[in-house]
Amino acid sequence: MDSTISEAHGRADPAGRTPLRSTATDGLKIVVVGGFGVGKTTMVRSVSEIRPLNTEETMTQAGVGVDHNTAVTDKTTTTVAFDFGRISLNEEMILYLFGAPGQERFWFLWDRLFAGTLGAVVLVDTRRIEDSWYAIDRLEHHGTPFIVARNNFPGSEEHSLGELREALTLSRDVPLVDCDARVRESSKRVLITLVDHLYALSTARETVS
Amino acid sequence: MMIREAVDSEDPDRLYTVTGGRSRADEPDLDLVTLIVSETDPVPGMQSEHVRILRTCRYPTAVVELASELNLPVSVVKILVSDLLGSGHVSARHPSSPRASAQLPDAAFLKKVLVGLHNL
Repeated sequence: MDSTISEAHGRADPAGRTPLRSTATDGLKIVVVGGFGVGKTTMVRSVSEIRPLNTEETMTQAGVGVDHNTAVTDKTTTTVAFDFGRISLNEEMILYLFGAPGQERFWFLWDRLFAGTLGAVVLVDTRRIEDSWYAIDRLEHHGTPFIVARNNFPGSEEHSLGELREALTLSRDVPLVDCDARVRESSKRVLITLVDHLYALSTARETVS
Repeated sequence: MMIREAVDSEDPDRLYTVTGGRSRADEPDLDLVTLIVSETDPVPGMQSEHVRILRTCRYPTAVVELASELNLPVSVVKILVSDLLGSGHVSARHPSSPRASAQLPDAAFLKKVLVGLHNL
């Protein structure tokens, strides 16, 4: 019997991975930033074609009075863990979706990890709005285009999006949407909102220049 | 917590061994999403991490996926991949998006991204 159904993504790999097509040439990045427990991983999982994977990056700072034999252990190492998923957009373009913690120390690694990112989604839990202020400030500082998505937890609808925009002191040109990070269609809608926003920014710039 | 302080005392030793004590990749252009592709099979005597990279990259594999697969920090994987690039065992497919912040891809590129997302 022929079994071509799983051909597109189902090439089995000994390690159980789902490999990319051999035609894949261009990796893209979108980052989902938000406080602990806001649903970043949930959002990545709901749209990813692979189970979210986890990895880490280390930031090493040399200690004082380094002895050459023990140079490595004399350094201070900070580790930032983040997870990611993947969406094959077409034969060549592969979108990687990163769930990144918004905490202060993480931003030291932003340039190293996320330079060249298309844009960011700031995921907000209205019960902890203050977690989002810092992320929004940093994204503005880095000049990274972003949108804000409110992940709807029970009770979060008590406030309107207008009130949330005010609480975040969010500029009117930054899109603000509701979502349910558990639902694929909803997360997909958030990504489309971001790329629509980028598209509008890009066409505006092309018109100017 | 997503951020934790210091790796266990064992880990720096392992990382030191894996990279031969180097802490920086010679290849500065490797991005998290640069796709790595094997150009040859592993050869006898090769370091085990290099062998694993060559096996994994029979299909294009992003640097970040390699890091996850090898359970090593991204910076260490970049060093290992640089070795293999230098020796011609792998090739790299670099992202076309501009690296600098505040630089946007052109509208035609973003249109393709939108089409891909709508087709999900």
